[in-house]
This record gives sequence, C-alpha cells and structure tokens, in this order.
Amino acid sequence: MSAQTEAPLFTGVERAVINRLQLGLPLTPRPYADVAEELGISEEALLDTLTRLLDNGTLTRFGPMFHAGEMGGGLTLAAMRIPDHAFAAVTEQVNHFDEVAHNYRREHDLNMWFVLATETREDIDRVIADIEAATGYPVYNMPKEEEFHVNLHFPV
Amino acid sequence: MSTFTSPSDQPYVLCQRDRALILATQGGLPLEPDPWEDLARQLGMSADEVLARFRRMQEHGIIRRVAAVPDHYRLGYRFNGMTVWDVADDQVSEMGRAVGNLPFVSHCYRRPRHLPWWRYNLFAMVHGTSRDEVEQKAGHIEALLGNASRASTILYSSAILKKTGLRFREQKKAS
Repeated sequence: MSAQTEAPLFTGVERAVINRLQLGLPLTPRPYADVAEELGISEEALLDTLTRLLDNGTLTRFGPMFHAGEMGGGLTLAAMRIPDHAFAAVTEQVNHFDEVAHNYRREHDLNMWFVLATETREDIDRVIADIEAATGYPVYNMPKEEEFHVNLHFPV
Repeated sequence: MSTFTSPSDQPYVLCQRDRALILATQGGLPLEPDPWEDLARQLGMSADEVLARFRRMQEHGIIRRVAAVPDHYRLGYRFNGMTVWDVADDQVSEMGRAVGNLPFVSHCYRRPRHLPWWRYNLFAMVHGTSRDEVEQKAGHIEALLGNASRASTILYSSAILKKTGLRFREQKKAS
C-alpha cells in the first residue's frame, strides 16, 4: 500500500466519527448509542459511517488496542538494511510472518522497520532468527527500554 | 484526551475466557448495537460477563482502549517522521520524559543502540501534513534537548508495507 495522493474529503459526520472514535469507545451496555448521542447523530448513522470508513480503508481497524507487554507477550521494534533490488522479495518474506504487526519502509540505510508481537517474550528471539534465516539479512532488535509517552491521535 | 488507563501495580493474569475474547475481537469489535451480546453468543458467555471482562482488561492496561485506528496517510498526515536522537545515557530518562510531554509527540521511547549501524537511543514519533511541519516539530525537540543530543536524524516512512495491528494466535498449550 502506498500513500494516497488525493486530498482527503470527509463529511462533517465522518470527521466527528473519526475524531471521537480514536479516543475510545465507552465500555457501556450500548456504547455506539452513547457515542452517537454525544455526537448528535443516530446510532444507525454512527454504525453506517463507521462501517463505510472501515470498508474504504480510512480506518484500518476498529476494536480493542491490546498492550502486548501487559499480556505477557513479546513486543519489539526491529529494523533491517535491505538493498533496493531485494526489497520487494524481503518485504514479502517478512510480512509472511504472523508476528509482524506493522511494517514500514523508511528512508535510511536501515530501510525496513517492523513491529513484532509474539505470544511469549522468549518467542521474539526465535522469530528474529527465523526472519534472518528466511531473508539472509541481519535483523537489528530495538525493544523499548523505557516508555515516555504513547498517545496516538490524528484530528481531522 | 486519551482514555488510556495506566496499568495497575498488580499484574493481571489472563484466563482462557479473556483470551477467547481477545481472539474473537482482534480483527475488530462487532459493529452491532450491542457488541457484547454478539460476542456473548459466539463464545457462550453472558453479555454482562463480556462487558465486565473488557472493563477489567482496560483497567489493567491490557487493552489501552477500544478505538478506531486510522490510516494516517488517508487523514492527510502523509509525513510520519521518526525522529531519533543520540542522548547521553545518564540524561536520556530525564530528556525522554520532557520530549514525551510535547503535545505533538505521539510515541516516545528509549531503545538500544546498534553500533556502528545505529547510534540513536531516543525515539520520538511526529506526524505532519508536510515535511516542513515535521521538521518544524523536530526543531522544537532539538531546542529542548540542546547539548544533550549529540546527533539526530529523521526517518520518514515512504510506504506502509503491512498494518494488521497486534495479533495473537491460539495458545498451543493450556497455561
């Protein structure tokens, strides 16, 4: 997937839904109805808008955002240096691993950056070794040693 | 404001019923007026139990929040700059907290160096609608770090190669 080139155009309702739902759904018996009321729209309009934003790829996901570290699983950021001629093939090899949650191409000698999430902490080393074996390139493991802030919010 | 809940001191141990809920929702929460009832039917629990487990997992920080994850490119945030800084080890904790408090920094972490390929130990992610905007924000970080930063660069992402979110597989053995 590459970056979109056309300007984003959202209706007022879409904008409100995108902004509000990034902050989190209240854990109440009728959560969508509660958010809809807050936004001054019907529950049906909220669900329709949310479904459309997911279908057209504006939202990549709507659901619980898990904190892998708190679940006892492994989580790390890793990077690789891949020559241009091998980049597409290595992308396919790396993405093939279920443990690869996100993968970004970045402009640097280290040009492939991905997040690994595994069932246990010990699995991280095994998956890294497997990726090195599959691709033939070294993987630089950069687990977080200290977390200062996490607050993803993109207002539109 | 984020509804992120700080993890409590007591570690929360996931049981099989929590895991079943995680597996059932990692693709997304049902888009039904009563999503808890929908999950309850799938998993043979009551809707009350489903909701109570979600609340408990959120209180304990296992779930940061139940939320929409945008493709930030499509929202106009085309420039996602991972700013990275080489900060002296004895200053990085203090400086990291200061950088993390800047309103435009979405993630901020200390990570290990990999010499000679990688000398940077402080990562601060900033997003913008233009490269100028990202560079301006990086300029604020640079001013804040002052002499504490010995070198820095900005890594821009040029493509999302994969974005599925965190996924967990069925556990092979009971724990």
